[in-house]
Formats: sequence, C-alpha cells, structure tokens
Amino acid sequence: MNMKEKAQIMDSEEVGRGLIRIAHQILERNRGAHDVILVGIRRRGAPLARRIAEIIEEIESTGPPVGILDITLYRDDLQLVAKQPIVRKTEMPGSIEGKVVVLVDDVLFTGRTVRAAMDEIMDFGRPKAIQLAVLIDRGHRELPIRADYVGKNVPTSAREIISVMVREEDGEDKVTVEEIVE
Amino acid sequence: MKFARKDLLGLEDMSSEEIESILDTADSFVEISERPIKKVPVLRGLTVVNLFFEPSTRTRISFELAEKRLSADTVNISASSSSAVKGETLKDTAKNIEAMSIDMLVVRHSAPGAARYLADVLDCPVLNAGDGAHEHPTQALLDLFTVRKERGGIDGLKIAIVGDILHSRVARSNIWGFGKMGAEVALCGPPTLIPPGIESTGVRVHYNIEEVIPWADIIMLLRIQQERLEESYFPTIREYSELFGLDGEKMKHAKPDVMIMHPGPLNRGVEITPEVADGPRSVILKQVKYGLAVRMAALFLLSGGQFESEVTH
Repeated sequence: MNMKEKAQIMDSEEVGRGLIRIAHQILERNRGAHDVILVGIRRRGAPLARRIAEIIEEIESTGPPVGILDITLYRDDLQLVAKQPIVRKTEMPGSIEGKVVVLVDDVLFTGRTVRAAMDEIMDFGRPKAIQLAVLIDRGHRELPIRADYVGKNVPTSAREIISVMVREEDGEDKVTVEEIVE
Repeated sequence: MKFARKDLLGLEDMSSEEIESILDTADSFVEISERPIKKVPVLRGLTVVNLFFEPSTRTRISFELAEKRLSADTVNISASSSSAVKGETLKDTAKNIEAMSIDMLVVRHSAPGAARYLADVLDCPVLNAGDGAHEHPTQALLDLFTVRKERGGIDGLKIAIVGDILHSRVARSNIWGFGKMGAEVALCGPPTLIPPGIESTGVRVHYNIEEVIPWADIIMLLRIQQERLEESYFPTIREYSELFGLDGEKMKHAKPDVMIMHPGPLNRGVEITPEVADGPRSVILKQVKYGLAVRMAALFLLSGGQFESEVTH
C-alpha cells in the first residue's frame, strides 16, 4: 500500500496555536484546572497532552497531572487483526475519583479508540466527567461520540489518511492529508 | 520482532528476540494487577482450560488469575477428577475438551513432551505449564522478567542454579533462557543430581556451592523434590542441607547485591533457611508477583492472530 501526500493542513505554528486554544478552552469550561487530569492516548495523544499541560501551567502557574493510556487491551478489533499489536504501558497519575478527565488524542475518526479509552478510564474509578480534546476531527464517526475541544475540523473522504506528526515522536509538528494509491 | 507462534512449549527453540517480546509485553501487564478494577477485556468471550495432571498451587492459581484478569472464562481440570483415572488417553481427553469449542489449553503433565504432543493434535494454542523434567517455560520467563526488572538487564550477569538439576524442568528452561539472553549459567549440586553431559549446553558445573556463591549475581535454589527421589541420590536430607543449603553463614561470602531466587514451593531448612528466604536479598515473592504479568502476556500473545491451519478452510 503506497501513500501519496495530497496537502499539508497544519504547520508547526498552527499546531501550537491549536493547542493553546484548547488549553484556554479547557480552563474556561472547567473554571481553572484544579480538578482536571489530562490523559493522552498512545501514541501521539501522549505528547499532545503533555504540551497542553505545559501551556496550562504557564497560564495558571500550576499544571494538571498527565496520564498515558494504552487502549490496545480494550480494542474491539483484536480478533480481526492478524497478529497481536504491541501493548505498551498505561500510566495513570493517581486517583481519578471525582476528577475531570480530559482525554487527548491526535485524530478523531470512527470514535472506536475513544470508546475503548472511556472503558479503560472507568476501570480506574469514577471520574466526575470525561471530556475529549483532539487536534483533528476528520468525521466518519461509527459511534455516538463527539469532541469537546477541537484543534481543526477537516472534512475527509474515507480513502484519505490524516497523518499527524509531533516533534517528540517524529521530529517535527505537521498535519498532512494522504491518499492511498494502488 | 513480534511473537507469532501457535503454542508456548519451551524456551529451547525460542530466539532471544521472541523471549524479549514476551518480556516487553509482560512489562505492560504489571500495572493491571494494581488497578482498582483488576481486569481488562482483552480475552472476553474466550475459554481457557487448565488441564493439570500433576499437583500445583502456584502455577495453577497464577494461570487462572491471569486468565480471569484478561476476562477469559476458565475451567480447571485436575487429574484426580478427570476421566484419565478411568483409562482415557491424553489425546482423547484433550480432543474431547477441544470439541467443546475451547480457545486455549494450559497443560501440566508428568511426561516430558506431553505439551508438544497436544500442540500437534489440537488446533487451539497450547501453553506448557510443565512437562515432566523437560521444560516449564512460563517459570523461566518470569525468572528472566524478575531479573530484568530488578537489575535492568540480563546480559553479562552470572547465575548459579543450585540443587536437583536432574529432575528440574525449571532448571532446564532457565539454562536455555538465561543462556540466550546473554547470562553466564553455572549449575551446582551433588554429582548424582547433575545430568551427565549437561556441559555441552555451554554451562559450567560445580559440585561445591562455596565455589559459586562469591561468583554469582543471582543464586537460584531449587526444591529438593522428595516425591521424585525414589532412589537415593544423597545420604540424608540433613547432609544435603549442610552441603548445599543456603544459610546466613554461606551468604556472608556472596556479593552484597546478590539476588536470591526460588521457584517454590520452599522446603524451609532444606535448600534454603528462613533467614535467607525472608531476607533482604530474596526476590522470591516478586517472582510470584511478576509471574502473573508474564502469564498474562503469554496468554495475550497466543490468543491473537490466525494460524495457517485455521485460515485454510
């Protein structure tokens, strides 16, 4: 399967501005960040969650705790894939009881990852609320799930692939649309 | 490198990359047993049968808890309550269990090769939980995992395995496992309990424990398996414990950061004194704790994927 880059839709400045806006919206909606825990979904949600936490810390002088979720064991398609995917660690920063958990991921697509993440969060306790922040919302939902905070809405066709690169994993911040070519 | 086998039968034919991928996966499963809700849904809807023809507490409970924490349905069958006592063959027992649409079989049997035999006749994954004096792969994997967790790595470490090597499947699996992962392995025990020609696997052999104690980074004591010692391999238990039992006095010659391991169950006062077993250098209970994560990892890795025999129809 080959991929062809069709267009760049965000550069590093736009990614940065999107995250700053999301940080402000999280503070506004929750009247500060004292009850908030940011939880990044592996892989690229994790560095994005850490960056949002840093931005909140600059604004509020204290940043929220950051957790990392690996949702592999909660996926609904494990019986469909040929080999077991690699399971990485889930790391939660203490109790989530009564807290507002903000899930952070790079792309919101079918909603199945978020469903798995919510199920996993519930196994750690009963949060006051779960909210969802994504850098890109590309549509095509298969479950009744929507994001509370969105960096950019990008209408796509099902054949297209949104590729999010973050400097912590990929060396640069960039979002591109790619298309599968036969 | 991913683990892509149908069965987990032993460490002898496994590569260091495969072992590493199981240990890496196990690392992610440790945390599950520390959650408020100690359960993940990954094996939901799958049925795992634990078929134990030999007595076991630790391994059977560890497997059963691992299965339950992955949300599998479990059935336990022990030899005394199975049709084996009525004369049914191992193959018939296993084929009948498989006919009830089970998804995985964990088997312990006194005959070396029993797990391999079942793996060949069954379509479902088979996990060897100990076959005679042959192999006990999950025990060796949990020993490797414990060393890696405690010491950060295995390569270059020196491990002394002390006791009844002849009857020990744990020793055999560990000789392969530690050797493949780059550790130096020494065996120590009375000459009657060291298999002849074992040096050909690349291990050192010592008949005097004083020689290995100052050398070793890890000392693994094996249980004197009184139920397997029908003939006399040494004069008395008391003499064995004098010569090969690890006590506080012998520990004085060990490295200050030595790790003391034992696969259990302990014969306190025979191969290990309570002072050493419960002492600061002992990681015996950590082995048990990590065993759960290692078995969860093994079950998870074997549960996934489609195998050629299934894809063809």
